[in-house]
Order: sequence, then structure tokens, then C-alpha cells
Amino acid sequence: MTILVIAEHDNNELKPVTLNTLSAAQAIGGDIHLLVAGSGCQSVADAAAQIPAVAQVLVADNDAYEHQLAENVSKLVQGLAASYSHILGASTTTAKNVLPRVAALLDVNQLSDVMAIESADTFKRPIYAGNAIATVKSADAIKVMTVRGTAFDPVEGAGGSAEVVNLSDVCDAGTSRFVNEEIAESERPELTAASIVISGGRGMGNGENFELLNKVADKLGAAVGASRAAVDAGFVPNDMQVGQTGKMVAPDLYIAVGISGAIQHLAGMKDSKIIVAINKDEEAPIFQVADYGLVADLFEAVPELEGKL
Amino acid sequence: MKVLVAVKRVIDYNVKVRVKADNSDVDLANVKMALNPFCEIAIEEAVRLKEAGVADEVVVVSIGSKSCEEQIRTALALGADRGIRVDTEDAPDSLSVAKLLAKVVEKEAPGMVILGKQAIDSDNNQTGQMLAALLDRPQGTFASKVAVDGDKVQVTREIDGGLQTVELQMPAIVTTDLRLNEPRYASLPNIMKAKRKPLDLLTPDELGVAVSSNLTLLSVEPPAERQAGIKVSSVDELVEKLRNEAKVI
Repeated sequence: MTILVIAEHDNNELKPVTLNTLSAAQAIGGDIHLLVAGSGCQSVADAAAQIPAVAQVLVADNDAYEHQLAENVSKLVQGLAASYSHILGASTTTAKNVLPRVAALLDVNQLSDVMAIESADTFKRPIYAGNAIATVKSADAIKVMTVRGTAFDPVEGAGGSAEVVNLSDVCDAGTSRFVNEEIAESERPELTAASIVISGGRGMGNGENFELLNKVADKLGAAVGASRAAVDAGFVPNDMQVGQTGKMVAPDLYIAVGISGAIQHLAGMKDSKIIVAINKDEEAPIFQVADYGLVADLFEAVPELEGKL
Repeated sequence: MKVLVAVKRVIDYNVKVRVKADNSDVDLANVKMALNPFCEIAIEEAVRLKEAGVADEVVVVSIGSKSCEEQIRTALALGADRGIRVDTEDAPDSLSVAKLLAKVVEKEAPGMVILGKQAIDSDNNQTGQMLAALLDRPQGTFASKVAVDGDKVQVTREIDGGLQTVELQMPAIVTTDLRLNEPRYASLPNIMKAKRKPLDLLTPDELGVAVSSNLTLLSVEPPAERQAGIKVSSVDELVEKLRNEAKVI
């Protein structure tokens, strides 16, 4: 049994979530190959070769893969698939874009957002916004799946020396073209990788008030998130959204500020180790999942918290 | 240009689902059902394309039993011109749905297919991508902006950390994210008018698709419950607990 894992990267750096995905592959068992598809991505391939869990690194370095266009990468993976029992990617917008396409090309289903490996063909995954956990058995010849990073501890990133194989095949569908990208520049850690997350909800009142959270985040080295209500109200951009339709986070500490705790939001953060809720409504459902609840006006409590850190 | 919108009947967004006592599945008996929220956004986008003169017809398709005609009627009330239901058991897997939709697309030859990025029941986020693969057409997933220009469409996508814009050769498949638009409410006259709009029925046999699945649902369990903790009385106490009890700061 050999497993293919799709590396998550930006052509310069291998993203840490790849190590979590590799951990899920290890739980399935068998040799693991890591595919680095990109352009000018040698540094990523070098980093990938250092991972002890990886037996072989496949490098597809071509302009066609620079922006991970699904039309091109899916055909590349399709061409490699026959050698593999499983194909895994992280539950990121990149892999969620590409892997269902791969699955359809292979005439198999995909298992999305796998959170536990029961055996080589049986997996647990959340449904209904995490309000139910399904155990699903797949009889497909190749199991294609995306993996929830926060559910698997990362494998070691250094100390190995995997064989590196350069792929020469170029798959360019020619039907899509990258135009541009606007990535929010931030000194803070990424939401899904941060060990502390502080999120604001509708109670924040407006986007400017998120500055209160930013100050706390800077002191704690935390990432800043938001509830869907705050995103819908236009306070902050969509990529900050924690919840069923946003990002799934499971940090050591999650601080929910002015968030009532809709099931949609809880689905995205209830696996956090410690949850703190600050809300002036003591009936807010968020308090039912919080380890520490503070009933207070956030506009007084948050600056005070910042002062005491 | 014709726009095809695929929609799904799901549990209402505000209902908290419960797992059946025998752990065989979730309990949907007597639960309020509705149009999947992302599908509402898909309909709204298609209707806006028509209002802007970019599209000339909006066709809505749903796959399922007779009950999903209710959601097709809702889509018609929101501005779609006609409906198609493909008659199946209630929940075919994503691959089967994509295969059925691919056949409908071949029949209807739309310039664009718009779908929600995921359904809030199975949370799969697969069908649009699978449909695009089966048709060998480009995809613009998790769209927050759609701009048609001649035979191309520029789709701005919500990606981790920001936005990405891609240009797709049409026919193209678009899946919607939350910020694409704010769906309208159906007016009473439009709800009445929707009752008279055509709704055709197709079967998987007619489309030449065998609906089956290699996935077996073994069990469904409720998630591990989190116990409510304690209320602290002050910021000082909170900081003290986080430092000395939880040891997370």
C-alpha cells in the first residue's frame, strides 16, 4: 500500500499543515510519497525531502502548476494515481478545490474533512456542521480524501532524506488562467496553525473595534478570527471566519469575544483545548462550552485583559 | 447565455440536528427542510446575471424525491425561469449527483453552471468540482465575485488568507461562497407566479446514469460533548486561571 499526499505550499515554503496530513497518512499505514506541484518550488522539494515520514518526493515543477489551478493539477494527480491506494490532501481551500476533481476523474468518491482513521478503508468525518460524526466505509479502489489538520498531530519535519523524483509530464488544460491574488499581509500566525486564537462576533459593533482584539493578539502571539455574524455584518473579511463554512481551528486557547455561540460557530472551534468566553449576555450559548466565562462588557474587559498580559 | 443552477433540499439552517438513538443516521423526521443557503446564493447570482442582460434564461435543477420540488418552486419564485427534477432516492453521493448533473448539462448546454460550494447536511464541498471534472470544463470555486466578459468569466475566489482571481473559458462551473451576494426574499406575487412555471421530470435511466455508491455509512454519533466550565468574576481572575490552572498563557 502506497499513499500519495499532496503538499501544501506557496512555491517557497512547505506549509505546516502538510505535516498533519502526513500524520493521517501514517495512521493509514504504508509507504508515503509527497507530491510537490508548483513552479520554482525547489526549496519546497528540499524541505519535503527532510521529512522522515516521506519515502519519496515527487516534484512537478512547471508554470502550469504555479497557482495550483485545479484544471491542471487534477490531471497531473490523475496520471499518478494508479500507483496509489490513497490520495490525501489537507482541508484547505487549495486541496478542497483540486481533490474532488481528482476523485471524479478517477470515478471514485471523496471523503471530505476526515478527522479520524479507523482502518485503511473506514474513516470518521463531521457532518451537519459537526453536530454529528459519521463513520464511513469506502469500497473505492483509490481512496481520495481531505484531512482536517487539527485532528492529527504533525509528523517530524526534519532528519530524513527522501528520494526526490522529478516529473516531466506537463498537464495544462488551457481553460483557466490565474489573474491575481490579494493575500492579507499579517505578522500574526495563520488561524489554523495558531496555538492561541482570539475571535470577535457581532458584539464587536464594527470593524474598527477589532483593533481591541489585535492588541491582545499581539501580546499573546495569537491569530484573530471572527464569527460568521461579524463577517456577514461586514466588520472583517471572510478569511477570518471560524465555523462550519469558514475555518476549523483547535488551538490550545480560544478566546471568544462578543460571540453568542451559534452552532455554526461552535462547529469550528469546539475542539479547542481551553475556551474562554467574554460576553455581556450571561445566557449566551457560548458559555455552555466555555471553560472560563466572563460576563462583562467587552469594551471594558478586553482593554483590561490586554493591560494585564 | 443560459445559466443552469443546481440546488439541494437540506435541513433548515436554524435547526440543530439530532442523532437517532440507534446511531444509524441523523433524525430528519418532522424536521423543517429548506433550500441549502449556498444554493440560494447561486440562484441569486444567476438571476442577477439575467437582470443585467448577461444571461437570458435561468434553469434550476435538483436531484431527489418529489419533496425537493418544493425547493425548485422556491428557486422559481426567486426568479429562475424553469425547473428540472431528476428523480432519485433522497441522498445519492456526490459523484452520482455530479454524473446526473453532467448529463443535464449536456442536454441543456448552458454557458455557466452555478452551484453552492457545499451543502450544510453532508458538508462535502465536492459536487461542483466533480461536475467540472466530468465535463472537462474549468471551475471557479468559492466565488465572491463573478464577472462575465464575452466568452470568458473572471471569478474571484475566497482562498485561505485572501482572494484569488482566475479567468475561465466558458462554459464554466462556478461554486458560491457566502459573500458573493445577499439573496432576496421571494415576493408573494412571485411565489404565485412560480406555481405556473414549467417543471420537468427526468429519471437517471433517461440520462443513462446508474446511481450507486461505494460509500457505506456505518454509524452516526453525536460529537463529544463539552462540559460547561466556570464563570469567573473579573479579568484578574481570568488571567490568573489561564496562567496557573490552564497554563495556556
